[in-house]
Amino acid sequence: MSGLSILVWGFGATILLTTLLAGSQGAGLTRMNLPFMIGTIFTPNRDKAKLIGFGIHLLNGWIFAFIYAVFLQAMGGPTWWRGMIIGFAHSAFLLMALMSLLPAVHPRMASEKRGPTATQRLEPPGFLGLHYGYQTPLTVLLAHLLYGAVLGFFLGRF
Amino acid sequence: MPSATPQPKIQDYAMIGDCRSAALVSRTGSIDWLCWPRFDSPSLFGALLDPDGGGSFRITPAGGHTARRRYLPETNVLETLFRTSSGSVILLDFMPVAAEEEKRRRLDPDHSLLRIVKGVQGEVELEVRYDPRPRYGTSSAALVSHGPFGLWIDTGGKGTLALRSSIPLAMGPEGRSGWGETKAPDGSGSPASEGWSGPGAGAIVRVRQGEVLHFQLSYTEEAPAVFPPFEEAVEALQRSVDWWRSWVSGLRYDGPYREHVIRSALALRMMIYAPSGAVVAAPTTSLPEEIGGSKNWDYRFCWLRDASFIVRALFGLGFHDEAASFVSWLLHTTRLTRPRLNVLYDVFGEEPPKERELPMQGYRGSRPVRLGNAAKDQLQLDVYGEVIDAVAQYINQGGTLDKETSRMLIAFGRYVCDHWEDPDEGIWEVRSGACPHVHSRVLCWTALDRLIELRRKGHIRSAPEQRFVEVRQKIRDNVLRHGWSEKIQSFVQVVGTDHVDAALLLFPWYGFEKATSERMRKTFERIHLELHAGGSLYYRYATHRGKEEGAFGICSFWAAEYLARGGGSLDEARAAFEGLLRTGSEVGLFSEEVDPRTGDALGNFPQGFTHVGLINAALAISERMRGIQEVEHHVLPQRPEGKRRGRSLPGTP
Repeated sequence: MSGLSILVWGFGATILLTTLLAGSQGAGLTRMNLPFMIGTIFTPNRDKAKLIGFGIHLLNGWIFAFIYAVFLQAMGGPTWWRGMIIGFAHSAFLLMALMSLLPAVHPRMASEKRGPTATQRLEPPGFLGLHYGYQTPLTVLLAHLLYGAVLGFFLGRF
Repeated sequence: MPSATPQPKIQDYAMIGDCRSAALVSRTGSIDWLCWPRFDSPSLFGALLDPDGGGSFRITPAGGHTARRRYLPETNVLETLFRTSSGSVILLDFMPVAAEEEKRRRLDPDHSLLRIVKGVQGEVELEVRYDPRPRYGTSSAALVSHGPFGLWIDTGGKGTLALRSSIPLAMGPEGRSGWGETKAPDGSGSPASEGWSGPGAGAIVRVRQGEVLHFQLSYTEEAPAVFPPFEEAVEALQRSVDWWRSWVSGLRYDGPYREHVIRSALALRMMIYAPSGAVVAAPTTSLPEEIGGSKNWDYRFCWLRDASFIVRALFGLGFHDEAASFVSWLLHTTRLTRPRLNVLYDVFGEEPPKERELPMQGYRGSRPVRLGNAAKDQLQLDVYGEVIDAVAQYINQGGTLDKETSRMLIAFGRYVCDHWEDPDEGIWEVRSGACPHVHSRVLCWTALDRLIELRRKGHIRSAPEQRFVEVRQKIRDNVLRHGWSEKIQSFVQVVGTDHVDAALLLFPWYGFEKATSERMRKTFERIHLELHAGGSLYYRYATHRGKEEGAFGICSFWAAEYLARGGGSLDEARAAFEGLLRTGSEVGLFSEEVDPRTGDALGNFPQGFTHVGLINAALAISERMRGIQEVEHHVLPQRPEGKRRGRSLPGTP
C-alpha cells in the first residue's frame, strides 16, 4: 500500500462516489448536490460554486483515502469489507453529526430556527440530510460503502 | 363531465414567464397554469384544463369586485388592480429575470414566481388559496409544512415546489407538518391545519392601505434550495422591470402600432427558451379550437415551420442575438435527423414524447387533453423551405456558414429534389392522410431558390446548382399548371381540387408570385369568398368554415400583410390590421384562433405564431409607408472573399 497507490485509488473511489451521488440526484432519489453545497461556502455564483465544490470534494476524497488507509492498516490490512465498515462509520458521522452542524459553519446556510436572511438563504440539510429527500441517507450511505469497498479492495492488491 | 365551476374565457388569461417556463394568470388573480422547470414539464397548477382537480394558486378579493389589468410598460410584469366597495389592492405577478452578470453575483432560486399584494386604498378582504396538484393533477402528494421555509410539495419528478408567504397559511386536513407549524416569519399567525377546511392551504386576510404581502413560489431540483428573504422581492421586481426594459430598448422599430409590436415582441420573448434559443409555439396544451370539441393539441414544442416567420420578425425588430440563437438551434437540432426534417422538436432538439391523453376534464369540457403531438411523425415538405429561408435571412443580416452547415443545407436541397412530388400532410397538419399540397410545393421551390442564391453568392460553393435550377423550374411549372384551377380562377390548397387555403397568401412573401400579379389578385378574391369570417378575420381552409374551429389568427394577419405587400392599398392593409388588433386580449395577447361570432379566443394561448404574424404585418405596413413592397431578404449579399467575415452562428465552430 504505497502513497501512489492511495492517490490513484483514492481518486478512482472519489470519482465513483461523486458519480453515484450525482446519478442519484439525476434519478430523483435525492436533491442533494454536494459540490453545490460545498462551493456555496465560497461563492454565490452557482456555476463557480459547483466547480469549486467539485474540486474541494475531489481533494477531500484524496485526503480521506489516506485516513481510510490508516484505519485499514490498523484493522489488520485492507479488504473490501473492512473498507465498507469504515465507509459505514464515515457516512454515519456525515449524516448524523455533520449535516446537523452544517448551518453553523456554512456562511450562506439558514437553519431550521433562523429563517432565510439576506446572507443565509440556503435550505439546511437537517438530521440525516432528510430535508433533501427521504432517500438522501440511503444514497450517501451506499456511496460511502462503495468508496470504502473500492479502497479496501484495491489498496490490498496494488 | 364539465366542472360546475365557471372557467374564465381564454382571453381573460395573461402570461408571465422567465424565458424558461410560463404561467397563466386569470382576471381573478388565479394562477391556473404553471409548468416547471420548462414549458413542456408536467403542470403544477392545471385548473386551466381541470378546474376541480388541476390545482391553482388564487389571490382574489373575498367578495364582489372589479379587476383591471395591464403589464407594467415595456415589461412582462403583470399588474391587476382589484376594486371592492371597501377599498382597492394591486396584485403584481412576475417571474424574476435578471442579466447574466447579475445572476453570477447573486444566489437566487433557479425557478421562482413572486406575487406581491399592495393595499392601495381602504381595506380589502382577500382570499388566498394555494392548491398545487403536480403532474397534471395526478400526483397524490400532500403539502408539508417546513416552518420558515414554507409549504412544500413533492412534484413527483425530481423536484420540489415550495411556497413561502409573509402571512400564515393554514393547511387543510390533508396537509402535514414536517419541520414545525406554519407561521409567519415573525412568529405570528395561526397554527397549520386550523381554520382551513379546503384542499391545499389558504387564508382570509385583510389588507389595509399601505400594507404589503409577499408570496414566493419556487421550484428546485437541487439541494440546498435557495430562499431569498421577502425584503428582496422589491429588488427582484426592479431587476425584472429593468431587464425587460433593457431588452425592449434593443427594439429598432419606429413604424405604426409600436405599442402592439412591443407587446407582441415581449410575448414572443417569453416563449423563447433561453438555454437553447428554441421558440415554443405556445405555453399551453389542449386549449380547444372549438369549445367542447376534440381539436385540442399540445403546443409546448418548437415547430420548424415557424422558423422563417420568427427569424423575419426578430431581425425585422432588431433583435439579432435572439434571431441568430434561433437559427443556431434550428441547424443544430436538424443535424440529428438530416436530411429528413422532423416537423417539431422539444426545446433541446429532442423528439417530443408520444402523443397520449390525460384524464383531465378539459377546458370547458373540451376533451381529450393531450400530451405530446402526433404531428411529429408526419411528412410536411414545406419545412424545408422554411428552414432554408430562415438561414437565408440570417445570411442577409451578415451571418456566415461553416462547412458542416453548408453540407447540411445542400443535403436538404437534394432531399427536396428527390421528394417534392410526394404527398404530405402540409402546413395544416391534417390527420386525414397525405395529399399533394400546393403550398408545400411552393416551399420546395423556395428551398431551392434560396439555395441557388446562396450558391451564386458564394455561401455554399459545392451545391449542384444545375440540378437545383432544373428542379426549381419543374416545381414552378408544376404549381402553375396543377396548382392553379381554371374553374375557380385561383391557386388551390391541394392539386386537383377546387378549394383554397390561407397559406396561398404567402406566395408573395416567398417570392414565388408578386402580390400585385393577376394570379395573386384572383387568388385573394377567392380566399375572401371562401374563407372570410367577417371583419378582418379569415379561416385557414374551407373544410369547416367555423363548424369545428374558429378563424385563424395568423391567416388573418397574412391577409393584412398581403394587402400591404401590394395586394391592396395601404389604407386597406391598415384597416385590416386594426380590425385584428381588436381581437387581442385586454393586455394585448393573441390566441391561435378567434370565434368570429363572439370574438372569444380559441386554441392555445397565447400563440407565438399569431404574435409573429402581427409583427410581420406591422413591418410590412411600415415598409409600405416607406414605399417598399418587396420582401428584401430574397436577394442575398455576396460572401466576402478571403478570410471569413461577419457574424457566425452562436455555438458553431
